[in-house]
Amino acid sequence: MRPNDRKYLKSHEWCKVEKGIATVGITDFAVSHLSDLVFLDLPGKGTSVTIGESFGEIESVKAVSDLYSPVSGEVIEVNKELPDNLDWLATDPFGKAWMIKVKVTAETKDGMDSTAYDAHCAAEGH
Amino acid sequence: MNETALKQVHLDLGARMVPFGGWEMPVQYRPILDEARTVRTRAGIFDLGHMGRVRIGGRDATAFLQRLQTNDVTQIQPGRIRYAMILNEQGLTQDDILVYRNPGDDGFFLVLNAGNTARDLEIMRRLATGFGDLLVDDCTHRLGMIAIQGPLSAAITQRFCDGELESLKYYGWNMAKVCSVPMLLSRTGYTGEDGFEIYVPEGHELTVWNAFLAAGKPDGLTPIGLGARDTLRHEAGMPLYGHEIDETTNPLEAGLDWAVKWNHDFVGRAALERVQQAGGTGRTLVGLTSASKRCPRQGYKLVAGGQEIGQICSGNISPTLDTNIATAYVRSAFGAPGTQLEFLIKDKAEPCKVVPLPFYKRPR
Repeated sequence: MRPNDRKYLKSHEWCKVEKGIATVGITDFAVSHLSDLVFLDLPGKGTSVTIGESFGEIESVKAVSDLYSPVSGEVIEVNKELPDNLDWLATDPFGKAWMIKVKVTAETKDGMDSTAYDAHCAAEGH
Repeated sequence: MNETALKQVHLDLGARMVPFGGWEMPVQYRPILDEARTVRTRAGIFDLGHMGRVRIGGRDATAFLQRLQTNDVTQIQPGRIRYAMILNEQGLTQDDILVYRNPGDDGFFLVLNAGNTARDLEIMRRLATGFGDLLVDDCTHRLGMIAIQGPLSAAITQRFCDGELESLKYYGWNMAKVCSVPMLLSRTGYTGEDGFEIYVPEGHELTVWNAFLAAGKPDGLTPIGLGARDTLRHEAGMPLYGHEIDETTNPLEAGLDWAVKWNHDFVGRAALERVQQAGGTGRTLVGLTSASKRCPRQGYKLVAGGQEIGQICSGNISPTLDTNIATAYVRSAFGAPGTQLEFLIKDKAEPCKVVPLPFYKRPR
């Protein structure tokens, strides 16, 4: 069961906004399809991110994928431990494996709730 | 999407399936690097039912093949196999193939890349009109293909193969009884290890697959997906169509001149001769290693002293060498082993070094 306290993107990122601060990560579906993760590149504190644009990269044994931001704003916190603990993405993608926190100036209008996202994943074939 | 007779078996084994060359194939059953290590140290089985397979027969088979591909089939003894290329009139690569001369000397058998099979068949049909007594028989969809690769593959295969494997030399093939069914078996592979590729008559794929799994279980044999297959072939310096070779490259710059025999008139010969007389195309395929945290990938640019001098064809994390490996076309002046270069990931430069190919040679 995916948590229903947040929004999901078609590109498999999630974001949870509380008091103007968005916590951003990627979903279990993304993690299982990337498989065999080897490297994660996250932006530094103070970087501005933009809706629909890349805020980092995640690399598996066979491919590199961009991470797309569901929000615009300034990165105020980065999960610095995550790049050295990529197994967290498999064990706790919606908790411990959060990636960045952003002071939000704008939020995507294409976010789905967990039910719609479940259907989206089913259609992509899981 | 095509599927092989073993699709359900892969799903039951927990494989992640991906489209590849028009087929739905298992990319991995376990972590890819673990699968690659299993093949280097023990043995693995592969479903290769997607590979194109075509029988060539008739009195004109030899003349037809001499025109179709770059190697000299008159030099292949019955029961032996050679690597070759199909070129276009511009001398550019349409496919890389294996040419098998039948053990009974009654024709030939070709193994093609899945993604190129339709185009190859079209090339063959067009070419065939110039020959009278010729049979071109696509048996891809009525023949299974299963490979076993790894240092323990001969010992495991012998357990359910009635036929002596010891005398079957590398790049040879012969008829053997596998699970009591007669079938053709070649000592070939795409991993750099010892092993066999078995051409399984339709309907017997599951029996052979399960026989491998059962016979090899005590030795640590596991099924292996296309992800590890790519890692293994890359470590062994074997080209992959769409990466090191494609319709923009010729066999000379790809370092495959050994598969080109100049004593016959193959399609593309005149163009290739002009390249040879001009001293090459000015670029060459090289191996690279990099200790960078980032893996070099296909399409990344290579620079030397701020100048772009090449592009990466394939990049992998090598579990055997414990470093990143890549193949790339570079301007020939930058092709000497030891040359320091940089590859660009979104304008960020990472160091790498030219090394001789192959990256890995199995101990014999």
